[in-house]
Amino acid sequence: MTSDTLNPNPLVQALERMVLIRAYEDTLVGLHGQGRAAGTCTSVGQEASAVGVVSALAPEDLILTNHRSAGHLLARGADPGRLMAEVMGKRDGYCKGKSGSLHIASKEIGVVLTSTIVGGELALATGVALSRATLGGEGIVVCFFGDGAACEGRFHESLNLAALWNLPILYVCENNQWQAFVHRKETTLAESVVPQAAALGMDGTSVDGNDVEAVQAAAAEAVAAVRRTRKPFLLETRTYRLRGHFEPDDQSYVDPGELEHWRGRDPIALLRARLERDGRLSAAGADAIAARARAVMEQAVAFAEASPYPGAEDLTSDVYA
Amino acid sequence: MQTMTVTDAVSSALAEEMRRDPTVLLMGEGVATKRLPLVEAFGGARVRNTPLAEGIIAGTAAGAAATGLRPVIDLLFAPFLTYAMDEIVNSAGKLRYISGGQFAFPMVVLAQTGAGWGVGAQHNHNVEAWFVHSPGLKVVMPSNPADAKGLLKAAIRDDNPVLFFTDIGLAYADGPVPDGDAVIPLGQAAVLREGGDVTLVSYAKTVHGCVQAAARLAEAGIEAEVIDLRTLKPLDEDAILRSVRKTGRLVVVHEASRMCGVGAEIAALVAEKAFGSLRAPVVRLTGPDAPTPASFPLEQAFVPQAEAIESAARGLVQGR
Ligand SMILES: Cc1ncc(C[n+]2csc(CCOP(=O)(O)OP(=O)(O)O)c2C)c(N)n1
Ligand SMILES: [Mg+2]
Repeated sequence: MTSDTLNPNPLVQALERMVLIRAYEDTLVGLHGQGRAAGTCTSVGQEASAVGVVSALAPEDLILTNHRSAGHLLARGADPGRLMAEVMGKRDGYCKGKSGSLHIASKEIGVVLTSTIVGGELALATGVALSRATLGGEGIVVCFFGDGAACEGRFHESLNLAALWNLPILYVCENNQWQAFVHRKETTLAESVVPQAAALGMDGTSVDGNDVEAVQAAAAEAVAAVRRTRKPFLLETRTYRLRGHFEPDDQSYVDPGELEHWRGRDPIALLRARLERDGRLSAAGADAIAARARAVMEQAVAFAEASPYPGAEDLTSDVYA
Repeated sequence: MQTMTVTDAVSSALAEEMRRDPTVLLMGEGVATKRLPLVEAFGGARVRNTPLAEGIIAGTAAGAAATGLRPVIDLLFAPFLTYAMDEIVNSAGKLRYISGGQFAFPMVVLAQTGAGWGVGAQHNHNVEAWFVHSPGLKVVMPSNPADAKGLLKAAIRDDNPVLFFTDIGLAYADGPVPDGDAVIPLGQAAVLREGGDVTLVSYAKTVHGCVQAAARLAEAGIEAEVIDLRTLKPLDEDAILRSVRKTGRLVVVHEASRMCGVGAEIAALVAEKAFGSLRAPVVRLTGPDAPTPASFPLEQAFVPQAEAIESAARGLVQGR
């Protein structure tokens, strides 16, 4: 271990988390290619959005997420081995192998009710916030959803109710320009979802989702506002899905120019370059971060592969409380 | 005769019907991306990518169907139909009746379902019985590419809303598909194998388990008749009753859960109309009353397999 392990600079810590997320998803893609893990929706290219928002939260806050959840889970401190075990359908996965990659929730780290029905997270967040508001406590609710989910009626319904009932929700629209195999420009004329919040009497703002420093700053302000006012807030992070919708995906439908543009704005490369330029991180320090992430992944794969599959009795367990 | 997958058979039926009838159009999240040859042949006005919004896709289809178009919508995975339930069930299924027969809803709703991809319960849920239970709708669930093509052509030409479910586990399996305008009428089951000892009734993926079981039973001297329902509503009651009157024994097999599933309807039908012919109680082999797990071994355990079908049939014949 180098001294960067203990580097107190929050941006270096953010880089470490982002590199971990990238390593995790790259590892899963590799395992899938070898037939050792099921396909997944990766968040490659969106790490700054996940880490920037989650690092602004307090332990008592709750997160809802969707099918593209690895960044949110790992940013919140999920164990990569247990995540990987879940993707492989193993007993030691966060959901005992019943979820697979698409709906991983972990109550113990405050990531609740993950739903892969697009818009499901929006519908559930209001209820989670209502129980918080009713039962007390300081915690707020953060609801991650995609630009595609904002096309569902549930988006409007959720924001309207949250605004009306003063529910403490930070809505985070991860606008990654894609909605499975359809480009955002093919589904809406609006450039941003933020004006929709304003129309419902809710504050909101849009931020460069590939700049973790900017996301952290915007998220910190938004979280503080929700905590103080107990009212909802909409934060849009403008980012890009660098890989396909669900592995494997050859991205043949993606404009190569657009992809190239966003590859040039890879949030990890941007942050690393900035830190090195400012002298806050050495090249050796950055390499050490990458090496640590690789080591964590080796352990995670070994743990997941060693974990047993669930047994036949698990087929009908957990159906009713 | 050509060889193609169910996915390609669906595209082929769509292309032929769109060529035949200019009012047929296709809408859905990514249909124009994934079926590019259809866009090239018929243009973007007839093959439309939509926003991610199942309710408005189905509602738009119902409104358009009632007023002159013949929409086919692809809602991707069967569990997503819940977002479109109102438009399909309350609008397309009821507004003809409620209006005293003024409107018709010639529309087709495509969706995939079934075990095979380990994608878990929010993508894999065999919900066909919900729609069988809803008046005004028809429900089709083919087991092979030829049927997928022929039945989809009939579904598109039908003047009623048709739910057309394809099984994920069968989507990329090749099979022979006849050339030409081979329409398969809705409501006709197929007898895949004749036999006098026991009737195996199924649809979609589990048909293949029945065919395998029948082959093994034949080696043991038991002749099973295998019926592929193909259409769940209208149900080909005659095909079922004719067979059970001959064999006196019935095993109904499906991947969907047991309670109030299609198998329950078939068991009741046989009890009502062929009770005197039964030589043994009807057996249902179904998925459990549980959401589908993602884990591969559990997902496989969810689906009735050939071994279980074989042993159930053997048990009936040998009076066990
Ligand atoms: C109700 C529903 N419709 C369709 C899908 C299939 N689907 C899964 S993710 C996705 C795209 C979602 O786009 P967006 O909300 O922008 O999130 P992203 O995948 O870009 O993170 C689609 C169409 C689904 N899971 N649920
Ligand atoms: Mg998106």
